[in-house]
Amino acid sequence: MTDITPTADALLMPKSAPRTRNMGQIIRWLLLFIGGIIMVMPIAYMISTSLKWPHEVYNVNLIPDEPTIENYTYVLEDGRFYWWFVNSIIIATITTICNLLFDSLVGYTLCKFRFPGRTIVFIAILSTLMIPTEMLVIPWYLMSQSFGWLDSYWGIMFPGLMTAFGTFLMKQFFESVPDDFIEAARIDGLNELQIWWTVAMPLVKPALAALAIFVFLGNWTAFLWPLIVTNSVDMYTIPVGLSGFGDEADVAWELIMTGAAISTIPTLVVFLIFQRFIIRGVVMAGLKG
Amino acid sequence: MANLALRKLTKSYGTTEVLHGISLDVADGEFVVFVGPSGCGKSTTLRMIAGLEETTSGIIEIGGREVNNLEPKERDIAMVFQNYAIYPHMSVKKNIAFGLRSSKMPKADKEKRIQEVAGILDMVDLLDRKPSQLSGGQRQRVAIGRAMVRDPAVFLFDEPLSNLDAQLRTQMRLEIKKLHQRVGNTIIFVTHDQVEAMTMADRIVIMKDGYIQQVGTPAEVFHKPANTFVARFIGAPSMNLLAGRIEGTIVTLDAGQNVTVPTLAPTGDGGILLGVRPDDLHPNSANPIITGTVTLREPLGSETLIYVETPSGEIIAKADGRTPPAVGETVTLGADPENLHVFDASSGQALS
Ligand SMILES: Nc1ncnc2c1ncn2[C@@H]1O[C@H](COP(=O)(O)OP(=O)(O)OP(=O)(O)O)[C@@H](O)[C@H]1O
Ligand SMILES: [Mg+2]
Repeated sequence: MTDITPTADALLMPKSAPRTRNMGQIIRWLLLFIGGIIMVMPIAYMISTSLKWPHEVYNVNLIPDEPTIENYTYVLEDGRFYWWFVNSIIIATITTICNLLFDSLVGYTLCKFRFPGRTIVFIAILSTLMIPTEMLVIPWYLMSQSFGWLDSYWGIMFPGLMTAFGTFLMKQFFESVPDDFIEAARIDGLNELQIWWTVAMPLVKPALAALAIFVFLGNWTAFLWPLIVTNSVDMYTIPVGLSGFGDEADVAWELIMTGAAISTIPTLVVFLIFQRFIIRGVVMAGLKG
Repeated sequence: MANLALRKLTKSYGTTEVLHGISLDVADGEFVVFVGPSGCGKSTTLRMIAGLEETTSGIIEIGGREVNNLEPKERDIAMVFQNYAIYPHMSVKKNIAFGLRSSKMPKADKEKRIQEVAGILDMVDLLDRKPSQLSGGQRQRVAIGRAMVRDPAVFLFDEPLSNLDAQLRTQMRLEIKKLHQRVGNTIIFVTHDQVEAMTMADRIVIMKDGYIQQVGTPAEVFHKPANTFVARFIGAPSMNLLAGRIEGTIVTLDAGQNVTVPTLAPTGDGGILLGVRPDDLHPNSANPIITGTVTLREPLGSETLIYVETPSGEIIAKADGRTPPAVGETVTLGADPENLHVFDASSGQALS
């Protein structure tokens, strides 16, 4: 307050009240600020490093002494990075589409149909959530080996084409689609597959969008399995490729960071495309007011 | 358009039977209302007719054709749900057109039909809106439009008005009735509101606990209730029931009075319940039945409901609106003999 004459309000209010409110606010801002710094710093360093010359990489300064885009030209002209990028795009896109289809198909079935063994199937799917990827990698590898899937797109993708998490998520969201909609469609003469596609799916768009973002990001950043299943440099995905970027002698951090910076672009695009579908309350509008 | 027949329909969920042999014949173009308390099996019956629920035993015929094993879409029916169930992601027009999806009609005819239905329901201006931009009554009309557009043999309504406020409900009641007069399809309408049943139905089916209690025109179920359940369920306030015994044409109430009733064939041991509607029971009647003290008055304007404490328990009667008896006053209530109903005390069935 710049006004020096106390107003009626200020006189009536107990003196300590505004001060405690200010203190609370300051603490809140402070915490948010610290949180923000913690989250932004790695990204800031990533970008900063990608703009540095090799000799400056181990300096902690955030602003490069001599900023350069040399790293970007190098990475973009390097054939390997181009392939990794294409591989990652193909794999993440196909996996995302498959998850959207299969997870919602299975989730819908588990949610809206009564059949013997339904609960057991659901529990079986859920229980796979408790097994860490690290444990599954060996069976996956043996399987890929005997089927001849090593070092192929299919080999990289097959474990993730359907996920227990996505199935669970979709099942929960389909619970919010009233049975009346489905029965109305049944009376209108749609078959079950048409009902799923034309009635149920549009009503869970927000969930599909969320799932798309999750799956895309998950596959875009997946490291362990692609590292194990691929052999040839041409089959690498971005994370696998970047981890060894540089020449044989040592790891070139400035190039890794440049690749990482470039590889965030598709994730931003995916996020921007799908987040606008995450609008609440779409389902309720067709029901009683 | 077609008639509908239910033959000894039963339904069990697991080992519990919830419908115990429903038989009913509905004529072509008839407006039949199923009414009954919650859980009596109205919706289940309707959903079985629609084919959304399997029949445990019995036969359903639509237009003389057994439909038990047909899919809902093959039964030539349309259904309007309590929650409207119009698709929120489609415009009004698309919602209505949805009912025609599986029809082989040429596109131009479909368009014409949609416009026609929209015209009947007074929704031509709303066709491009989304359901979220409509009021409750308008949404319900879209749901009706989607059902109408196919011109089904039988319309099924499951409590379509219960989510609307009282005023809109009355209005929609009229609209549906008018619609029926106009299109003439057979209608099965489920409600638990007896006023809706009385005002709309050609015939009322009163259900309780999975059994049909009575089937009849609104006048029949009101004036000739088949049993004490129907007698008390139809009409508000409910019919008074006074315990007594019958001997020839003389009913002796447990409280002592003698009442003359029309000649009836007594069943059982002579224990009866004498039924009389508050509407028919007045002070200062030529045919006195029972005496008691007024405990409460409810003025309704032209008339006043009086609650009277009698030796047979509390009963409700109607008195004049201008000069009703005061609280505490002793009144003698009576009714014309033709307005008296006699029920067997143990079975609850009406004597005739
Ligand atoms: N899926 C089900 N499983 C087991 N019992 C059921 C099921 N659906 C309905 N019931 C039982 O069947 C009986 C009839 O139910 P129904 O829904 O037909 O009642 P209703 O007359 O429509 O009642 P309301 O006026 O409340 O809608 C009830 O006792 C109910 O508990
Ligand atoms: Mg019901």
